[in-house]
Amino acid sequence: MKKTFPILGLLTAALLSYALYEAVVVAPREQTMGDVQRIFYYHVPSAWTAFLLFFINFVASVQYLVRRNPPADKIANWVVIAIGVLTCVGGYVIKPLPQGMYPSSVATTGLAIVGIYFLIRKYFSDQETDILALTTAEVGVVFCTVVLVTGPLWARPVWGIWWTWDVRLTSTLVLWLIYVSYLVLRRFSTSGQTPVLAAALAVFGALDVPLVYFSIWFFRTQHPQPVIGGGGSIDPRMLHVLLINWLAFLCFAFLVCWSRYRLERLQRDVEETLALEALLEPRSNVR
Amino acid sequence: MSAPAGITLVTLTKDIRLEWRSKDAINSMLFFALLVVVVFSFSFDPNAEESRLIAGGLIWVAFLFAAVVALNQTWARELRNQVLDAYRVSPAPANALFLAKAVGNFIFVAILEALMTPLFIMFYKLRALGPAWQLLPVAILGTWAIVVNGTFFAAMSLRTRSREIMLPLLLFPITLPALISLVEATTTILLGDPSTSAKFWIVLLATYDVVFTTGCLALFETVLHAE
Repeated sequence: MKKTFPILGLLTAALLSYALYEAVVVAPREQTMGDVQRIFYYHVPSAWTAFLLFFINFVASVQYLVRRNPPADKIANWVVIAIGVLTCVGGYVIKPLPQGMYPSSVATTGLAIVGIYFLIRKYFSDQETDILALTTAEVGVVFCTVVLVTGPLWARPVWGIWWTWDVRLTSTLVLWLIYVSYLVLRRFSTSGQTPVLAAALAVFGALDVPLVYFSIWFFRTQHPQPVIGGGGSIDPRMLHVLLINWLAFLCFAFLVCWSRYRLERLQRDVEETLALEALLEPRSNVR
Repeated sequence: MSAPAGITLVTLTKDIRLEWRSKDAINSMLFFALLVVVVFSFSFDPNAEESRLIAGGLIWVAFLFAAVVALNQTWARELRNQVLDAYRVSPAPANALFLAKAVGNFIFVAILEALMTPLFIMFYKLRALGPAWQLLPVAILGTWAIVVNGTFFAAMSLRTRSREIMLPLLLFPITLPALISLVEATTTILLGDPSTSAKFWIVLLATYDVVFTTGCLALFETVLHAE
């Protein structure tokens, strides 16, 4: 850790600056939007990173809850495997798929879900899944805030408005609200079992997201659609820059999560040791 | 009668009797909702046409806020004399208690709605242009959506500092889809535009109810014992 962390930090810094260079200089100028469009290389990777972190938070929370109850743990394993199989097969069987989805991408997503679930299950202990959930929620909220700030900055010159109650904007905002309330709950809880409460809330939030998406989707498609650059194809050079930026952002997010994770672990270790000491030598520890 | 149902019934009867004698929740909810109605009415002063457009939102925001008042008292009542601790150590199933509390809150909020709706109609000169009977399933499903999550999150915010603030903080983001469906369904019915129908929203509300009732029942025991 002592050696890897600075090396990784340097690598990430290099990658981030290279990605910035690519986004500002190398990427072609967008025809209609002009240079404003370059915010895209900042906005979209942040969004993907935030969603990934929230997803990891959800998985870690589920893990934390089901481990307290072995039968539920077994059921959860089979549910996850079923999801993996269904997405792999479903992508090739269901026709037509919604626009923008390919069988291979659906299958990859399904396998990623299974992979993340079982990796967390194997390599993180009880206490650690909770720390992971806390860390990813905190960092996810930061990235989600970046999305919500850069979004209006981009929208204003292009659409002429700061904000529209479009399905993607609104569901991102609701997601942000849910996770802020998650962090507030963790901060305000006086219970010794805050992790359980927080994990339950995370599961509720995950149940909520599809419903939010669906309700707003219907809510808005009933009304005239605002100008949104949906669909369409992307210049391969732009895609290249976008992916490099995403990689850089992922490295950055991983780095921040890692150090936060370590900090939280150390803090808990210290608290535990202090509590233990106080138990063993009740008189010598009057502070 | 099976044991869990019996426990639910006993707790429910106890809660209703308590409420009947003290009228704490109902009175504060009623007065609060009344204030919201009056304040909104003054600030917008709508005519019949305009009020049809905004009434759906106003009604449900008022009911949601008022429901929070009742929900906050649900579990706080059980903290006195360690009733909740006694419940934790008893072998009674946690979900029986949860259902009793949720149904109790549902009854209280339903009474509030029944009393406030005539006032709304009077103040805002409302008359539904669409099929008004559809408002009944909308109200029932919507109230349950608010109440089932509210009861759960009230139990969750029991162990937090400033719990009265905590409940709306947790409840409102999660309830947003239900609130959107409620408001849209009500507005659609009030406007009575033949090209649109409230059916989609009713189905969405029902889905929301099923999903979150299942979620609450699955997780309530864990939350109750998180001490």
